[in-house]
Amino acid sequence: MELTSEEKAALNGEHGDTLQTAYRILVATGEATNAEKLIPITWAHLSGVNYNTIGDAGEQFLRELSKDARVKVKATVNPMGIDFDHISEFKHIDDEFIKKQASIRDSYIRMGVEPTFSCTPYDIFDLPEKNTQVSFAESNAAIFANSLGGLKTNKESAFSALASAITGKSPYSDLRKDDISTPMTIRMKMDNPSELDFGMLGFFAGKVGDTSVNISGVSQPNRRSCKALCGGMGTSGTCAKFQFVDTEDTTSEKIDFGKEEMNEVFDELNTAEKGDIITLGSPQLGLDELSDLSKMLKGKSFEKRCMIFCSRAVQEQARALDYINEIERAGGEILSDCCTCLTPLIDTNETDAITTNSIKGAYYLKNSTGIDVNLKPLVKIIEDETK
Amino acid sequence: MSKIIVQGTAQGTVLKTTSPINFLGAVDKKTGTIRDEKYDIFKKSIKDTVLVFPHGIGSSVGAYTIYSLKSNNSAPVAMICTKADLTVASGCALANIPMIVVSDEKFDSIQDGNEIMVDTKSENIFN
Repeated sequence: MELTSEEKAALNGEHGDTLQTAYRILVATGEATNAEKLIPITWAHLSGVNYNTIGDAGEQFLRELSKDARVKVKATVNPMGIDFDHISEFKHIDDEFIKKQASIRDSYIRMGVEPTFSCTPYDIFDLPEKNTQVSFAESNAAIFANSLGGLKTNKESAFSALASAITGKSPYSDLRKDDISTPMTIRMKMDNPSELDFGMLGFFAGKVGDTSVNISGVSQPNRRSCKALCGGMGTSGTCAKFQFVDTEDTTSEKIDFGKEEMNEVFDELNTAEKGDIITLGSPQLGLDELSDLSKMLKGKSFEKRCMIFCSRAVQEQARALDYINEIERAGGEILSDCCTCLTPLIDTNETDAITTNSIKGAYYLKNSTGIDVNLKPLVKIIEDETK
Repeated sequence: MSKIIVQGTAQGTVLKTTSPINFLGAVDKKTGTIRDEKYDIFKKSIKDTVLVFPHGIGSSVGAYTIYSLKSNNSAPVAMICTKADLTVASGCALANIPMIVVSDEKFDSIQDGNEIMVDTKSENIFN
């Protein structure tokens, strides 16, 4: 990779340890993605905020880094593990967790990030103009940005996005260019797919696709289904972009996603027939999803605990528009700054299985939280779990 | 043709899997044990091994898992992949774990359980 003399000096440590570390990361990721140079980016979205996932090593790293590192471009951050406004209601969370999570939060704020604590930055901010280069680490957000937002980003890692935030630069990798090769088309063979089906399609596409895939046989899905697709895809593979195609080209490899393929994904992630509690929001719910949910819950109440995750910004808007009232009346518990994935708010001593409509949530609940999952589309959850 | 992503030297026993690894979901960051039963190396530890796998998948926070493994003295001594992804590359860069991308043929020729030396500065990277 070609570096400017300024970049070389930073890599050699002439501008301090922080920039040296950042450039070492950018060079490794640049080599990994065959980039020939670094280019400027205007927005970095960082992952690695939840103490549950980054642990003591991560907490300590960020505390040290934030002594002198400052972000150079707009930077937003992923969810934490907990909602500080509601933490007193969760007696099983120990003080050590709260202390370490607060330290991580404060380190990011010290570095100058916007305290969004959301995996759905595209639901909070207007996206910049088409083809703008950004660096999004959260996989569902990177896939959304590339596929539906018209932006350009690598499927960044926590460290590569952090290095981009500090330097304002990122490797000029294939995904950032206009002519990405898309050698595979996935043919969606399901009629009237639910958001759960789209999540499974994404999980399947992530497994079989490489960098970018075409998807045929799908007419404009709603935002909930699009987010489910991005979430599922980001969980299972390296795929960072998809495009819906009307007519199939003749050159790409074709793979069907039908009943059989869907059942395979379902059987991998669905491990329980019913859940003790319900979680919604992985990715965190947006304003239109909360609006839908409040309408679906009119005159109904949840028969068991239902945790609903959305960003703080979206929660405030939804409160102003009175959506939250209806959801809380129905027994829904609104939580912000955290998400189904990897939150310790779910007490594994009290809970054996969770009902959710999220494939991304299911994967991490099962593999990281160590809890069984009962998968159902939202319509079915409302039908079965409310009265 | 091998490509060096992160420089360094290491020696260890090969632990090889043909499954791509989601570091965040599948690896215990304290012990280095694989905890997802879908993997053919389920219950094995990646600690002190030369970890040979196709590439990383899934969460971007997997980079922190690699860094945590190193801080907890449970990291592989080197990683060898057929495709470099940003999560593994950046995790190895920060944790100073040598990382090399090799051809499919080279990947196939590396045997699980063998003792190997990795030296990115030497003409023959592997010995």
